Amino acid sequence: MAKIIVVTSGKGGVGKTTSAAAISTGLALRGKKTVVIDFDVGLRNLDLIMGCERRVVYDLVNVIQGEAGLNQALIRDKRVENLFILPASQTRDKDALTQEGVAEVLDKLKEDFDYIMCDSPAGIERGAQLAMYFADEAIVVTNPEVSSVRDSDRILGLLASKTRRAEESSDPIKEHLLVTRYNPERVTSGDMLTLDDIREILAINLLGLIPESEAVLRASNQGVPVTHDISSDAGQAYSDTVSRLLGEDMPLRFHEMQRKGLLSRMFGGGRR
Amino acid sequence: MKLLEFLKRERKKSASVAKERLQIIVAHQRSQRGQPDYMPMLERELLEVIRRYVHVDDDAIQISLDSEDNCSVLELNVTLPKS
Repeated sequence: MAKIIVVTSGKGGVGKTTSAAAISTGLALRGKKTVVIDFDVGLRNLDLIMGCERRVVYDLVNVIQGEAGLNQALIRDKRVENLFILPASQTRDKDALTQEGVAEVLDKLKEDFDYIMCDSPAGIERGAQLAMYFADEAIVVTNPEVSSVRDSDRILGLLASKTRRAEESSDPIKEHLLVTRYNPERVTSGDMLTLDDIREILAINLLGLIPESEAVLRASNQGVPVTHDISSDAGQAYSDTVSRLLGEDMPLRFHEMQRKGLLSRMFGGGRR
Repeated sequence: MKLLEFLKRERKKSASVAKERLQIIVAHQRSQRGQPDYMPMLERELLEVIRRYVHVDDDAIQISLDSEDNCSVLELNVTLPKS
């Protein structure tokens, strides 16, 4: 049975699309048949992050409106077997999405896939609510910063009230916290919320911690999800995150300041 | 002596200020969770009505909705200024 997972945050620019791309890639690399759907109608970007922007022909709205079949719109990832991308429309507005249409697309995808990742747009409007409505699990992406934490709390409120599981009073959505752009140096100097602070305030299960990393921009520049950069801290942190999502017990990494050795202090060893 | 005190005095780290502010705002947000959508409007209008008769501050009114088995109780607390 396919699992539907929404990647959401409320606030924009915290790393939803980066995380959706990285986690989907990680799941597919472990042999799980995965599709990642861009729900940001009008402002699609998942295609760029996944590096398939020039292969987009049809999109989610075309499928919902019956202008294309699902198989015509699904883009097969070039690098990983078992990974597919369903892009958002660039020209339509968000009203083109309907709850019935989304339900139909998800039902069809469920027959074929192990994991369906829904990359939510920022905000709490229609697009974001539709991305979360049918979810079984939610990954709440949060930066160690006041507005992001507050918005994440708002999103947790919506997950508990405006979703199918909430309306049908079935088992509630499983909520996971993913902290991104974490900078242990700034945490140590007292100028950034600690991981424990965020966990205490939001009080949900921690799925992963992604350090602020140069590898993330490098990955998006190239259109290669950062999970492929296995030598980077962010790539490894996303890989750990995927393991935890699959139920493995992984110790936390990258949350403490690295002690710099004498050589790197003298020569200013670059961070990967 | 003054200089020593100045040096000893620790500036409050910005992250702990952030945490305190978040704890307050999040607690407030959660208290409004699950309320019907009309509650903020109801609160505002009740405040307007009260103000026609007596001047009260914005935070002088507290409103909450508690659900018991098959009925809901709307509790309204207004702090009036000393006359």
